[in-house]
Amino acid sequence: MSLDTATVRRIASLARIRLEEPEVPRMQAELNGILGWIEQLQAVDTEGVEPMAGGGAVSLRMREDAVTDGGIPEQVLANAPDREGEYFGVPKVVE
Amino acid sequence: MHPTDFTLRGAIEALNEGLLTSVELTQAHLDAITALNPRLNAYVTVTAEQALAQAKASDARRAAGVAGPLEGVPLAIKDLFCTAGVRTTAGSRILDNFIPPYESTVSGNLLRDGAVFLGKVNLDEFAMGSSNTTSAFGPVENPWSRANDPDTRLVPGGSSGGSAAAVAARLALGATATDTGGSIRQPAAFCGIAGIKPTYGRCSRFGIVAFASSLDQAGPVARTVEDCAILLRSMAGFDPKDSTSADVPVPDFAAACARGVKGLRIGVPKEYRLEGTPPEIEALWEQGLAWLREQGAETVEISLPHTKYALPTYYIVAPAEASSNLARYDGVRFGRREKGADLKDLYERTRAAGFGAEVRRRIMIGTYVLSAGYYDAYYLKAQKIRALIKRDFDQAFANVDAIVTPATPSAAFGMDEKQDDPVTMYLNDVFTVTANLAGLPGLSVPSGLDAQGLPLGLQVIGRAFDEETVFAVGNAIEQAADFTALPRLRAGA
Repeated sequence: MSLDTATVRRIASLARIRLEEPEVPRMQAELNGILGWIEQLQAVDTEGVEPMAGGGAVSLRMREDAVTDGGIPEQVLANAPDREGEYFGVPKVVE
Repeated sequence: MHPTDFTLRGAIEALNEGLLTSVELTQAHLDAITALNPRLNAYVTVTAEQALAQAKASDARRAAGVAGPLEGVPLAIKDLFCTAGVRTTAGSRILDNFIPPYESTVSGNLLRDGAVFLGKVNLDEFAMGSSNTTSAFGPVENPWSRANDPDTRLVPGGSSGGSAAAVAARLALGATATDTGGSIRQPAAFCGIAGIKPTYGRCSRFGIVAFASSLDQAGPVARTVEDCAILLRSMAGFDPKDSTSADVPVPDFAAACARGVKGLRIGVPKEYRLEGTPPEIEALWEQGLAWLREQGAETVEISLPHTKYALPTYYIVAPAEASSNLARYDGVRFGRREKGADLKDLYERTRAAGFGAEVRRRIMIGTYVLSAGYYDAYYLKAQKIRALIKRDFDQAFANVDAIVTPATPSAAFGMDEKQDDPVTMYLNDVFTVTANLAGLPGLSVPSGLDAQGLPLGLQVIGRAFDEETVFAVGNAIEQAADFTALPRLRAGA
């Protein structure tokens, strides 16, 4: 499977990474190089194999649905690029 | 003896015997950093004042008779572990101003046990790389160089290149590191030191900047196998803040080092005999197996049939998880922000300016393989092959106690080599990535030198949560190898 330039632009948009037009051909070539190499996996027979989702054999444990942390707005906001009061600041979203 | 030449265990004994203080030991390392770091670029941030204050407090604790297991030992912390009040960059421009308000569990465990932190060490950006050349803070230089070509600067491996270079050059007695596809074991091998990626779930991932959550594991690098064992005991342990942290007891790993290998069955996977592997690495592998046989182990050929699919599987699973994990770097809550016309423009400009080329590439691959219409063909397929890779190991471990392989397919390479094609760089992890996919412990042991005088490592892979056998086998190889060669660039040289 080979990606065309329109697909490369669409993936960049989905990934929220600005891709300048002159960068598209190089990114396209690199992605196609990697995807071409990955293509060999299609040859593996995986009929009836359960996908392995996590990294360990230990099953996830349940915990009480209880608040264990919080009340630290200054710490939460300490690294904010922009803030207004106890809120993160962003450009206007709704007109 | 120069204080930076102690092993970690030797330093603890010297501190216990009052031969020197933690302040003296810490100052010697800070002096070594001042002398050598401008060249090696191993440290991104040096916390000299904090280190000396910690050392002073440690000396006071020791005097009061309340010394912890790592009391007064100066360590380097990979700049992927959040350290409260100390900048944590992940090697990325997008986090170059990030000061965590909290401490990672692993680094917190080390502080609990009395360690002193010298500073934060360099890495490939977001731990993505095998050469430490993708860091936004510049490449790290390997303290080793080729005997016949000392002017060519070599990579330390990656992603934990700063950790490995710092320890090899004696700018720390040990360091934390992380391993998603080989990022502890490959740099350890390239720098002539030991490093273990423990079983998935052994160390808490809380407070470690996430790359690929189902593969990431923290572990130590140090100059001996036993030093790694001492560090891992402190780093490991159950943590309710990480849902994948394993609630299992942490054994005395250092005690296991001396167990010996008599009666152990050592698996030798035939699929790891790759075409194009340098004969020196093949020969070292044979030598390592012979050493183990001499000490009473039996070596057995085994088959791990899906080995050749491990790297391509990894390059679906890891970028997919990375694209999800790195979605948080959007310029809103922390890190760098670029101005944008609207919110989407702000996100896109922030991420384009903040991420380097390799990180952007992996996010793109990950976004593609998870996108509508391709998820089954790529991501689901990769998860199924991952299950087959794990099954290969399960079947092998029914008959053997540990597996021994080369750690890397080459010795350290030049800083300008292998940079043109991403896939060529990815092949560095061909021997290490399987243990991440299967969640198993893997230890790299310095075992010999190539013809150019560069270190080579052997890898020991064990059953899940059986790091003790891994340490026993690694220690046996280390004793037989008697690896005493030293890098050209090092403190006290």
